[in-house]
Amino acid sequence: MKIPLKWLQEYVALTLSSSDLANKLTMAGIEVKGVQVIGGEWENIVVGQIIAIKPHPNADRLSLPTIDLGTEQQTVVCGAPNLRFGDKVAFAPVGAQLIDGHTGQAFRLKSARIRGVMSSGMACSEKELGISDSHERIIVLPAEAPVGTPLADYLGDVIFDLDITPNRPDCLCVIGIAREIAALTGRSLSLPEVSYKEAASPIDQQISVEIAAPDLCPRYGASLITGVKIGESPRWLQQRLLACGMRPISNIVDITNYVMLEYGQPLHAFDYDKIKGKKIIVRRAAEGEAVVTLDGVERVLSADMLVIADTAGSVAIAGVMGGADSEVTRGTTSILLEAASFNPASIHYTGRRLQLPSEACMRFERGIRPELTLPALKRTTQLIVQLAGGEAAKGVVDVYPGKREQEPILLSTGKVKTLLGVEFSLDQIVGALTSLGFDCKQGDSASEVWVTTPYWRSDIHLTVDLIEEIVRVIGYDKIPATMLSQSLPRQNPEPVLGLKQQAGRILTGCGFQEVITYSLTSLEMLNKLLPEPHPLEPMPLRMANPMTAEREYLRPSLRANLLAAFSANRRHEDSGIRLFELGKVYLPRHNDLPDEPEALCGILGGSRLEKSWQGKEELLDFYDAKGVVEGLLNQLGVEANFEEDRDESLCLGKQAAIVVDGKKLGVVGELHPKVLEAFEVSEPVYLFEINLTALLPFTIGHKMFQPIPRFPAIVRDMALVIDTEISHQRVLDIIKSFPLVNQVTLFDVYAGDQVPRGKKSLAYRITFQSPTHTLTDKEVNKVQQQILNKLSSELGAILRG
Amino acid sequence: MLQQLEELKLKAFQELEGINDVKELESWRVRYLGRKSHLTNILRRLAALPLGERKAVGAYANEVKVYLEDSLKQRGEALREAQLAASAEKEHIDITLPGRHLPIGRLHPITQTLHEICDIFSSMGFQVVEGPEVEWDYYNFEALNIPKEHPARDTMSTSWVDFQTENGVPMLLRTHTTSVSARIIESMPPPIRVVEPGKVYRYEASDATHVPMFHQIDGLVVDRGITMADLKGTLYEFSRRFFGEDRKARFRCDYFPFVEPGVEMAIECLVCGGKGCRLCGNTGWIEILGAGMTHSQVLQRGGIDPDIYTSFAFGMGIERLPMLRYGIDDVRLFYGSDLRFLRQF
Ligand SMILES: [Zn+2]
Repeated sequence: MKIPLKWLQEYVALTLSSSDLANKLTMAGIEVKGVQVIGGEWENIVVGQIIAIKPHPNADRLSLPTIDLGTEQQTVVCGAPNLRFGDKVAFAPVGAQLIDGHTGQAFRLKSARIRGVMSSGMACSEKELGISDSHERIIVLPAEAPVGTPLADYLGDVIFDLDITPNRPDCLCVIGIAREIAALTGRSLSLPEVSYKEAASPIDQQISVEIAAPDLCPRYGASLITGVKIGESPRWLQQRLLACGMRPISNIVDITNYVMLEYGQPLHAFDYDKIKGKKIIVRRAAEGEAVVTLDGVERVLSADMLVIADTAGSVAIAGVMGGADSEVTRGTTSILLEAASFNPASIHYTGRRLQLPSEACMRFERGIRPELTLPALKRTTQLIVQLAGGEAAKGVVDVYPGKREQEPILLSTGKVKTLLGVEFSLDQIVGALTSLGFDCKQGDSASEVWVTTPYWRSDIHLTVDLIEEIVRVIGYDKIPATMLSQSLPRQNPEPVLGLKQQAGRILTGCGFQEVITYSLTSLEMLNKLLPEPHPLEPMPLRMANPMTAEREYLRPSLRANLLAAFSANRRHEDSGIRLFELGKVYLPRHNDLPDEPEALCGILGGSRLEKSWQGKEELLDFYDAKGVVEGLLNQLGVEANFEEDRDESLCLGKQAAIVVDGKKLGVVGELHPKVLEAFEVSEPVYLFEINLTALLPFTIGHKMFQPIPRFPAIVRDMALVIDTEISHQRVLDIIKSFPLVNQVTLFDVYAGDQVPRGKKSLAYRITFQSPTHTLTDKEVNKVQQQILNKLSSELGAILRG
Repeated sequence: MLQQLEELKLKAFQELEGINDVKELESWRVRYLGRKSHLTNILRRLAALPLGERKAVGAYANEVKVYLEDSLKQRGEALREAQLAASAEKEHIDITLPGRHLPIGRLHPITQTLHEICDIFSSMGFQVVEGPEVEWDYYNFEALNIPKEHPARDTMSTSWVDFQTENGVPMLLRTHTTSVSARIIESMPPPIRVVEPGKVYRYEASDATHVPMFHQIDGLVVDRGITMADLKGTLYEFSRRFFGEDRKARFRCDYFPFVEPGVEMAIECLVCGGKGCRLCGNTGWIEILGAGMTHSQVLQRGGIDPDIYTSFAFGMGIERLPMLRYGIDDVRLFYGSDLRFLRQF
């Protein structure tokens, strides 16, 4: 909200510099977002009066006005069409800084000969002064502008751009801000004097008001002004509206807007002659009732919206927008003026449903106190009588079914200290509250006070609300900073958080870069993971109001985003890429919030080591991915089996389920070529995925220490020739089933000319060790023979010659 | 005899000086000091000499032996030194060639920042907790004094989930991590001291300062005798440790429906140090977080008696912190997964 300081000054003396004032307001919760200085650059520009106009000897469209500046007179060359004898203008002498009317750039005025005549200054347009974009005509100042006065003193201003929090509708106006400044700077507030002459005929005989929905309209006030003349509003009023960011329209509309900016109460003017039955009815709309609003659009209403109606139908949507049928037009002579209070939630609902945000709507939905209606109604009536002529009917209509007494709130110094942690005296407390217009009465004890809230404050209900007011005025810097002194609450750390951190550390240690991607994705993206298209089962959760098609569904896995990240990075990375993400995935559940397990997904492809001057380049493969998973699980103390799997996004036969204690907790494998193609990746890429939430229980087990072997080990190498399809795991399981076998390492796998077709060679290094004695060759030979026998009988393995 | 010894000594020494290879030293030793050497022979035959001569020859022969042994040792050392120097010269490597690298991975800058913040609060006795990202309207709004049609809802444009529950309760993506506080108040008996990091969502188009998903951390303390001075002390301590000893902080009045009194904490601008610049909008201050004394209605709704317990709460956006610290000017970079960006942290 924009507020000009000159306007503020009518109600409170401003004793601080504008920057100090801005700071003071900001600290007290009225944030000054911006400060605009109008006329800051108007050095040397003064108010002048045109005392003579001569034609230019060499140019028809130019003239030579002589301008009186009080102490001297200057004749300039001017091309504006609106030069008039006696007008007050803004005169810029040579050297003044102005805005170029065509380029919009600042420049310094030089003396110049224009078509043969010297011009030593100029009469400025609004654009040249930086006030508006109007450049054709020169600015004409009000007749009372004092000749010779610096223009900055007369027309300059400082405009505060304020951010008013939703709890303070009382600050959405100049008087509200003036009231805050008065309290914060210890000055008094002076309100406009409101009085006007009334005609003899009482208003009740000319209009009646009925509130049929008192729950949505606690108060409705109206006044009647007859014999008005619709026209432009005076320049000073237009200028204030402009400074506040509103466009002048006509005197009546401008005056209602002016009072809304001044008092914070939105007002509406009806053409009295168009009100049928001379009766106003405030009621809920009929379901499907239609009304054409001021903007010419027909609006269809629902039964939970409030309308202002006459005996024939609705004439306005209450608090949101007036109706076209009752609009004030050029020919209007009688004004029925409305100042009412409406239910904030109802206005908020209606305004949003009809998508009709407005200054009035914004004020109503934050809560206008019913007590404000009459002062604002009378002020508006006064200004209409003053500025648009006409005569006010005797009295006002005031229907007030929602009248409620303000209950006083009990406040004690002890309560203030309990909440703030610092003691303020009762005098300080009463002083702060009184300055804001609260009424304080001594309570039962010397440390207590009964506080009554002033009518304009809709946000004060509880003791804590008063305490905020006190500290706002006294200052937050008066609160000390203390450390928590209570004993530490019992800690129950969530184990999954520790697991996430640990997994992140391990993976970064393995060379993986963490990424964070959006949780929302698209069906198109998810479908790229399917080599053969089919409907997703289950369907991921969809947003009711997706911002874009790319962010419509909650991701059921991290895969798609990681693949997209891989693909995007490949455009500028030529070495190996290793990425991982740790985050929630969202799995729909019946009639409940989705399950949100913590997922871990890693992706890798490209060269194993960065391109180097030494060594040859090798590509990452399945066993790199599996090695990372094995290393991770090993560090987490989890033993897993890898079993053949059928994940459709991965290559058949090049993928393994990660199985712990019989449960599948993840998968590792090479991505399906069609999936890679869909993500525009043209190289093999490997992926692993683990459900951390499901893994968690297996990471918590109790570990026992294994003693370091005291007796020496005997190491034997054994190369086996075996059918190609027999897995390493089956061989390993047999070898490990024998006593004294301490460790088995596969150190060579070979298939080729040296072994028969359909066969492969596996070479193992077996470490034999006993915890009780030093082994002899004889003992080891015996076990080794037994192992070989079993491998041969069960798997058909023979020792390679 | 003495004459012979003298000649032997001279000859042996001259020969030793002529040796330039460590390997030849051994044959020299065998020749002059070995079991079959002339000197050993002389020493062995001492007993056959007359007593007077025996003493003189014996003493001198021993002297020659010690002399030759020392000379051998010195020569050996000198030769080894020379050899090392020569080989160092020959086997010199180019130490400017790059080292052999293992791949390096890093945590995301947001994760790093969250760890840093959680560590600071953990050291002050706060427990880290998390809550659901997909949330009921109740915990995100209603429980926090933001009923339907409340103007505060307009400032947190919400992404709604298209999901029908049997009782028609609306489901949404949480707009702030304060929803976790609402859950904690309901489920955890006081005393409470927690921080709640996580992702939050807004129904907003992306630009350099807005993204539809970002991170926040909320904090909540409920206990007997908690005051606004404690809130100030806790947050100033956080600021001191995160932004540094000399970075001034301030509280000012602000409004959040779930706290009263409500405050905003700002720190002195990191660019201009308080003088005013573009970053801070010429105010010299940068907003960091919102906070306040938890509203008694919020406590009551969650089953905590506000006459016994008082409480403070705070919440802050995370992205802003690394942006300020590293001068990042576009928040979308955090979620673009571009290695050229992520590798810098
Ligand atoms: Zn700054």
